[in-house]
Amino acid sequence: MKRLLLPAVMLLIGCGGGESGGAESAGGEEAASVAPLGTAVLAGSVNLTGTPPDNPMIDMSEEQACVDAHGATTADPVVVANDGKLANVFVRVVGGLPGGPYPQPTQPAVVDQQGCLYHPRVLGVMVGQDLEIRNSDPMLHNIKAVPTENRGFNISQPREGMTSSRSFDTPEVMVPLECNVHGWMKAYVGVTENPYFATSGEDGGFSIGGLPAGTYQLEAWHELFGTTTTEVTVADGETATVELSFDAGTG
Amino acid sequence: MATMAAPLEPASEPHAHELSFVKRYIFSTDHKIIGIQFLLLSLVGLFVGGLLAMLMRWQLGFPTEPMPGGGILPETMAPGGILLPEFYNSLVTMHGTFMVFFAIMPLLVGVFANYLIPLKIGAPDMAFPRLNMASFWIAVPAFVLMVSGFFVEGGNAGAGWTSYAPLSANPEYTGVSAGQQLWCVSLVVLGLSSILGATNYITTIVNMRAPGMQWFRMPLSIWSLFITAILTLLAIPILSGAAIMLLFDQTLGTHFFLPPGGGQPLLWQHVFWFFGHPEVYILILPAMGMVSDIIANGSRKPVFGYKSMVYAIIAIGFLGWIVWGHHMFQSGMNPLLGTTFMVSTLFIAVPSAIKTFNWLGTMWRGSVHFTVPMLHACAFVAMFVIGGLSGVFMASAPVDIYIHDTYFIVAHIHYVLFGGSLFALFGAITFWYPKMFGRMMSARWGYAHFFLTFIFYNMTFFPMHGLGVGGHMRRIYDPTQYEFLQPLQPINTFITISAFLLFATQLIFAVNFIVSWFRGAKASANPWNDTGLEWTTPSPPPHGNWEETPTVYHPPYEFSSPLVEEDSLMQSQRLEQPAVSQAER
Amino acid sequence: MSWLLPPGVSTFAGDIDRIYYLILWITGVAFFIVEAGLIWFLIKYRARPGRKAHYTLGNNVAEVVWTAVPAVVVIMIGVLSGGLWNQLRGRDAIPDDAIPVEVRARQFEWNVTYPGSDGEFDTGDEFTTRNRLRIPVNTPVVVYLESEDVIHSFFVPAFRVKQDVVPGMRIAVWFEATVAGDYPLECAELCGNGHTTMGGTVSVLPQEEYRRWLTEQNQTIAAR
Repeated sequence: MKRLLLPAVMLLIGCGGGESGGAESAGGEEAASVAPLGTAVLAGSVNLTGTPPDNPMIDMSEEQACVDAHGATTADPVVVANDGKLANVFVRVVGGLPGGPYPQPTQPAVVDQQGCLYHPRVLGVMVGQDLEIRNSDPMLHNIKAVPTENRGFNISQPREGMTSSRSFDTPEVMVPLECNVHGWMKAYVGVTENPYFATSGEDGGFSIGGLPAGTYQLEAWHELFGTTTTEVTVADGETATVELSFDAGTG
Repeated sequence: MATMAAPLEPASEPHAHELSFVKRYIFSTDHKIIGIQFLLLSLVGLFVGGLLAMLMRWQLGFPTEPMPGGGILPETMAPGGILLPEFYNSLVTMHGTFMVFFAIMPLLVGVFANYLIPLKIGAPDMAFPRLNMASFWIAVPAFVLMVSGFFVEGGNAGAGWTSYAPLSANPEYTGVSAGQQLWCVSLVVLGLSSILGATNYITTIVNMRAPGMQWFRMPLSIWSLFITAILTLLAIPILSGAAIMLLFDQTLGTHFFLPPGGGQPLLWQHVFWFFGHPEVYILILPAMGMVSDIIANGSRKPVFGYKSMVYAIIAIGFLGWIVWGHHMFQSGMNPLLGTTFMVSTLFIAVPSAIKTFNWLGTMWRGSVHFTVPMLHACAFVAMFVIGGLSGVFMASAPVDIYIHDTYFIVAHIHYVLFGGSLFALFGAITFWYPKMFGRMMSARWGYAHFFLTFIFYNMTFFPMHGLGVGGHMRRIYDPTQYEFLQPLQPINTFITISAFLLFATQLIFAVNFIVSWFRGAKASANPWNDTGLEWTTPSPPPHGNWEETPTVYHPPYEFSSPLVEEDSLMQSQRLEQPAVSQAER
Repeated sequence: MSWLLPPGVSTFAGDIDRIYYLILWITGVAFFIVEAGLIWFLIKYRARPGRKAHYTLGNNVAEVVWTAVPAVVVIMIGVLSGGLWNQLRGRDAIPDDAIPVEVRARQFEWNVTYPGSDGEFDTGDEFTTRNRLRIPVNTPVVVYLESEDVIHSFFVPAFRVKQDVVPGMRIAVWFEATVAGDYPLECAELCGNGHTTMGGTVSVLPQEEYRRWLTEQNQTIAAR
């Protein structure tokens, strides 16, 4: 059953944004018990100014399956920027929302271990939403969550195709995931109390839908550049454009 | 010296026959009932430990293949029947923990110290019957706590039965938190039970021996249980202390064993093994003692070198305290200590050799009856020799560099604890079963169980020596991940199949045990023609054991004595003319 | 199923193996004496009608013999083992000219740090390889072992080397490989969920090749 659902899940969360994570729309439309609060959309892109630093190199040479996927050494995709657009930025609504309850996504968020990297590297889940962890590599990975607010876990998947589901019960941005077999493997899970979050894709774009009309504070997080906030007003049924920006300095 | 302790007469109710069912069989203060209660509890522990081993063996024989029927296990243990590494680590840990603390130790001490001490020294009960009852009813929650670890979030403890810190001390390293804490709490609770028991055994043996039961008239089973009780009393508080420190590290933020706060991981190992090595002898000495009783009976001869045997028991008990460092040759402990511990360890071979040769001496020119208990006792000698000799390899520190933490040590410990202790226990249970339940176990099924166990046992554990010599690390989840271990994988598969057969064979014992309880042939007071005091009272003995306290006139093993026509002379049998055994001339 | 050790390729592997085989012989002989004696007694002295067991309580000479003989044998094994142990792990055991390497263990990786061109650690020119230790053949090497989290154990079966890696301690272990080639490195102490995967390789390189590799690496570092 889970197997069959996966492609649908992948489509739903828009994982097609490429290797380094994709734009993730809120699962508001899929609400099970609470109807969407509105139809407003916040969309935009994340910009990066300055010269992005070189990503550190990963030595995968002693893991044949990893070498097959990437070669003996590969760059750790810490900063994924194209033409001034920054991917893997976690954007969420932090203020201006009416009180809950909020629509709860019915589908799990999926993080896949493939070629000894996490896909996506940055993703969000709502409190209580399942996080499905999948191993697409022909080897053992362990997955260790090291939260500060939530209860952590440390599990392993010895075989290709295995999946495990976990969830978090307290908002926390971000919960790091790591694999201790492959020390370079890192992912970040934003646990939020509402479904209004997204991750910027390869083109820096993101979109958060299902909001009622209002003025919202947005917070954007990047693992290297930290956080930035902005405010935006949107009417029901409309799409407001948001531009977020990080500065990489002069390198 | 030996006194009949009238003032110490157990405080139990005088009207034994009017006790309610609950008082008689559940909250009983009768040492015999408590012994049987321990027997049932620890046989369940033995079954649990064995079952866990079967799961482990599946994974080792058929790595990451879905286990038939494994689908019933929850997703956190075995999704789709594939055992997860974290569950495997829990299996490793809990197999060891259950076998050591909830099977072998209570079987040897809880069952036989309780059952045999008063009956063999001529006492009506233990010195402290209520403490004795408490010691059983404290062991039960300990058992429940340990099992419950499988049902908490994060799973059961997974740092090995030795729970080496920091792996065990910080939940972050394993993902196990509640399970490891339950492990600590359970062992502290169980420790209390053991301490109560030990206090009782020592007091009873010192104070409640029947008239004439001098120290050197005590059977070797009682000598070994006496020394074991002393070891228990001294060793268990160390484990309890260590477990409490570990629990504090996990829950209260102390840093006894955690280096980031200034703690020292080796401290855990020192403390654990300072308990752990005496514990190893707690797990073998009573077996040696009971085997001595059974071999003398089966050979119809006094134990050869009785006093040497006593001194060897005492020597082993003493040496047990100064050898703990041999578990730590490669631990980072100062290598100078390695030399000291190597020498003390090697010397354990001496009392072990004394015991072995005396058992052979007992059989020499005997009249060997191949009863089921005798066969198990002979298997004990044969297997203990292998376990003892393989210990010499580990005792040599340079050789230990190579074989430490490999399957060689797994083979060694199983030759001592299964080949040794468990064979002795099968023998002892069969031997004293008629006394306990008033019925004989079926000999036919007993023989079948013995021979199949002996064969499958050796098929299971002997090849592990070869795995270890090939460099196969212990406690690894999937040996096929190493190219150099792949040629050894057929051996792993062979061991797994043998282990399944070995486990299945134990069903014969279980069925024989249960069916004989209800359907077995009625046992006479002395079905094995033994000389011990317990055989002078009906099977099963009444509350209080004897109508009249027996008086002891002879040493423990007067088989084929020239003083009498028959081939056994009861310890309490008074002869017409004042005859003295050669043993006491 | 074999009692023969796999080939050893370090200078002291032969010494360890010799003691192993000596113990194997001694215990093998003891094993056959005891087991044969046991079986022989069981058959010869099996119960037969009309024969009573011989009543005897023991024999002091026999007791002394089977106390003294094992004592002498274990003392001999102890002296031999103690000498070798001291040679391997004693205070001055590490050769002065041993090449230093640092191995940091963590769940579940071996990170090998080389001191760089100046031969000293913590000077900024070190470089690190993961799960592979490269050493030259016929040259003593001292490995400084450290752990970032739990206890691991540095086990190279072919070298007859095993040393626990303890957090909070820096433990030196040395060896000298005698045959070039790749040898498995394993973790021998249960260290968590990924314990089973914590393997690596020790590459023993011909000296020339090792120097070439080292120079290459040092140049790469210098260029950064």
